[in-house]
Amino acid sequence: MAFELQAIGFYLFSAVMIVAALAVILARNPVHSVLFLITAFFSAAGLFVLLGAEFLAMLLVIVYVGAVAVLFLFVVMMLDVDFAALRQGLARYLPIGGLVAGLLTVEMVLICVSIATHGAAARNALPASAAPGLTNAETIGRVLYTQYVYYFQAAGMVLLVAMIGAIVLTLKHRPGVRRQIIADQVARSRATGLRLVDIKRGEGVAP
Amino acid sequence: MNTGIDLAHYLTVAAILFTIGVLGIFINRKNVIVILMSIELILLAVNINLVAFSAFLHDIVGQIFAMIVLTVAAAEAAVGLAILVTFFRNRGDIAVDDASMMKG
Amino acid sequence: MTPQAIVTALVLAPLLGALIAGLFGRRIGNVASMSITTALLFICCGLAWMTFGQVVAGHWSFTFQIAPFIDVGRFRSAWSVRLDMLSAVMLIVVTTVSALVHLYSWGYMAEDDSKPRFFAYLSFFTFAMLALVTAADFMQLFFGWEGVGLASYLLIGFWFKKPTANAAAIKAFVVNRVGDFGFALGIITTFWIFGSIRFADIFPQVAAHARQAWTFGSWSFDGVDLACALLFVGAMGKSAQFLLHTWLPDAMEGPTPVSALIHAATMVTAGVYMVSLLSPMFEYAPVASGIVTVIGAVTALFAATVGLAQNDIKRVIAYSTCSQLGYMFIAAGVGAYQASMFHLFTHAFFKSLLFLAAGSVITAMHHEQDMRAMGGLWRRLPVTYAAMLIGTLAITGIGIPGLELGFAGFYSKDAIIDAAYGAGVHGSGLGAFGFVIGVVAAGLTSFYSWRLIFMTFHGTPKWALAHGAVREHEAHPSDHASGAQIETHDEPLEQDHGHAEPRETSWAMLVPLIVLAIGATVAGFAFDTQFIGAGRADFWGRALHGIGGRGALAEPAMLPAWVVWSPLAVTFVGFVAAWWAYIANEGMGARIAARGGPIWTFLYNKWFFDELYDALFVRSARWFGDLFWKGGDQKLIDGLGPDGVSAVSYAAGRRTGRLQTGYVYHYAFVMLIGVVALLSYALWAFSGAGR
Repeated sequence: MAFELQAIGFYLFSAVMIVAALAVILARNPVHSVLFLITAFFSAAGLFVLLGAEFLAMLLVIVYVGAVAVLFLFVVMMLDVDFAALRQGLARYLPIGGLVAGLLTVEMVLICVSIATHGAAARNALPASAAPGLTNAETIGRVLYTQYVYYFQAAGMVLLVAMIGAIVLTLKHRPGVRRQIIADQVARSRATGLRLVDIKRGEGVAP
Repeated sequence: MNTGIDLAHYLTVAAILFTIGVLGIFINRKNVIVILMSIELILLAVNINLVAFSAFLHDIVGQIFAMIVLTVAAAEAAVGLAILVTFFRNRGDIAVDDASMMKG
Repeated sequence: MTPQAIVTALVLAPLLGALIAGLFGRRIGNVASMSITTALLFICCGLAWMTFGQVVAGHWSFTFQIAPFIDVGRFRSAWSVRLDMLSAVMLIVVTTVSALVHLYSWGYMAEDDSKPRFFAYLSFFTFAMLALVTAADFMQLFFGWEGVGLASYLLIGFWFKKPTANAAAIKAFVVNRVGDFGFALGIITTFWIFGSIRFADIFPQVAAHARQAWTFGSWSFDGVDLACALLFVGAMGKSAQFLLHTWLPDAMEGPTPVSALIHAATMVTAGVYMVSLLSPMFEYAPVASGIVTVIGAVTALFAATVGLAQNDIKRVIAYSTCSQLGYMFIAAGVGAYQASMFHLFTHAFFKSLLFLAAGSVITAMHHEQDMRAMGGLWRRLPVTYAAMLIGTLAITGIGIPGLELGFAGFYSKDAIIDAAYGAGVHGSGLGAFGFVIGVVAAGLTSFYSWRLIFMTFHGTPKWALAHGAVREHEAHPSDHASGAQIETHDEPLEQDHGHAEPRETSWAMLVPLIVLAIGATVAGFAFDTQFIGAGRADFWGRALHGIGGRGALAEPAMLPAWVVWSPLAVTFVGFVAAWWAYIANEGMGARIAARGGPIWTFLYNKWFFDELYDALFVRSARWFGDLFWKGGDQKLIDGLGPDGVSAVSYAAGRRTGRLQTGYVYHYAFVMLIGVVALLSYALWAFSGAGR
């Protein structure tokens, strides 16, 4: 029974994912595109779970959906996009593009099938009776922090650079905006910050 | 074990997803954001491939690699969006069918 | 000093003078340059006369090698000095005329800026001519030949700021070059036949090789004949014979001393000298000799007819030179080399006399050369007039046949005409042709020579009408007709004709005139026995052949009386005609010219030879040049080569550049296509492997 469930799960998730992907590229409203993208991510996470990589599935949800897709949403909503203009031009390139893409799909499927049935993985059982008792996370952790620690650090570097890059590209000093410069505030001394004035009765303070 | 779901199925799904992502890049003239999302789809397809192989080969390295790909995809999305924002600030809209300044 | 040393010094001294004046002229100053060159030339002249005396006495006769030149296989040439009667005669001619011209130039070039250059060129020319006449092989002959050609170019174009002078210099050089091409071919043929280019080797062998044939394809030529004909082509160029004559009148752009030296006495006679020198070869070349006679005769007639209609005093004398050279070749062609050389000798005297006198007239007339602006000068320029008169008497050959008394030209010209007649009598049709032409041309010679005298020295003084007492002129008056060639100096001609009236010129210019006049009078009488008379065999020795060869130089007593008197008769007719046209009916010449009838136009325009050559050679050469330049070089070679390649690469680059549209989705699409193609190939190539 579990196997049928697995098959049903697989087909369900796959179908949703494909449809959502198509909707991403074909939707007129970019906000809809982003939402469909999120759907696709969720379905992919489901597939990962079916494959026994539940840590990765959660990672997908948290990072991809929670960060990247939300970022997309932010940007889409921030930009003042003219929707009417976006609707044109699609049909023109669909035939030839679709043809080539279809060709590509067929070829890739052929290759994949041939690999799957004749390659090293063909004789293996369906996912993962990995070492019993070990969760996916632990399995990954055992390898990641020992053999692949340098790649781990490098990935961190990449993220750092991307962050800096994004800031550099988009940071804009708007003139006339008042900011607090904390350092100046803290560095103010009695000499610069205070001025004692003698005032005669009935007169105001000249600025 | 005859669920019938084996590696070929997963690979096929990934292939279709990949194709959809590629398709999205060049049929989309009016919307830069969709291009970026298509790239995410492509990377997702690659991730599915990696994890599928990792599962069927009983080798965890595939998942490690998928994590790295995930990281890079996120970074790339961030920078890509930053570029998009700048692009929009300079031009006022996000249509790319007139963006031919790199014309040879 | 040994004889060899003396003769070597004689040949090299002018070169020394040329180098000193040419290289250091600016430093040592004008007077020093002129003095050194002139003094050296006079020393040369004295040495030459002394040498001549020694050779006549039979004491000196040698070929002396100075230094080796070329030694390649059998082709051997050396710098040498060959002294025999022929070269001795030429030595005195060249050095005498050159020395007198050097002296004359003191006066003529007095106002010029570049005196050292002029005297250096004159001395260099003299050296080249001396090298030519003392050559012992063809190579040195050719060296001298080219050297005088170069000197001619330099001297014709001496006033290089005048564009006509430059053009004339180039024309002279190029036309000479055409002749030199034939000359070179002749030398090659000679070398091919005889295996040597040294005269001492060739001349004894001529008889043995006389029948050797040279074949080209299906044609066969007599070798010696062919060689002589080609060598004569060179002589045609150098001596301005018919077809290669066009340069000589234009050479009058040069200063008058140059005309006197080069284009009267020496360079143009190099062709005659060469033919006479090669008389051993020409004796066995009947066809070539025939060509020589014909060309000489045609030239004599042609030049005389053209000289009738010219207005520039120097051009008339130039055509006269051309005509007299034709006479020399008539004689050489019929085998009377002695007469040819004798006429060369006497012609040198009276032609240079005529030129120098003309120069005196020109100077006195403030550089006016057009005879139509002269007239009535005989009282003003008595010495010049006398000199010119003597020269004219000499050239027209005035004398008394029976008594053998007369001016220089009388002896030599009559000898040529008699020789032609003699050859005709002996069966040579060309000889008869030469005789007839010679007589006719003698009449024409007389006419134009006396025409010159009358127009220049007699008649109404047209310069007095034009200039009068008016001191200032804005421009030259219009009766300086368009044909006048104004000699200009380096500085602009002064407009102030302060001395509007002609005066006799300086003594530096008159002394040479006097000397040459004496020569023109007595040279014939003094030397005729040795040159062409009874003593000719002893005189010439082995230098000239053909003495008994064809009986050409007949005894005067054996000729009919009408033959002997005919030159004089036609001369008298010419004199009367000229007197009638220019003294009795003065103005008739101008009226004929103004009418512009066909004969006058034909003669005035030199038989349209310049126009013919322009259309035939110059235009076609330019057309060919354009064809090869624009069509061949630019279109073909450049088009296929650099320009074509660059254009193709540029066009290809532009077309390929259009692939870069700038649109990212185009690039992505292309990448996708690439991936699909690779996958297809992989599937197809490895389809057998996996299954």
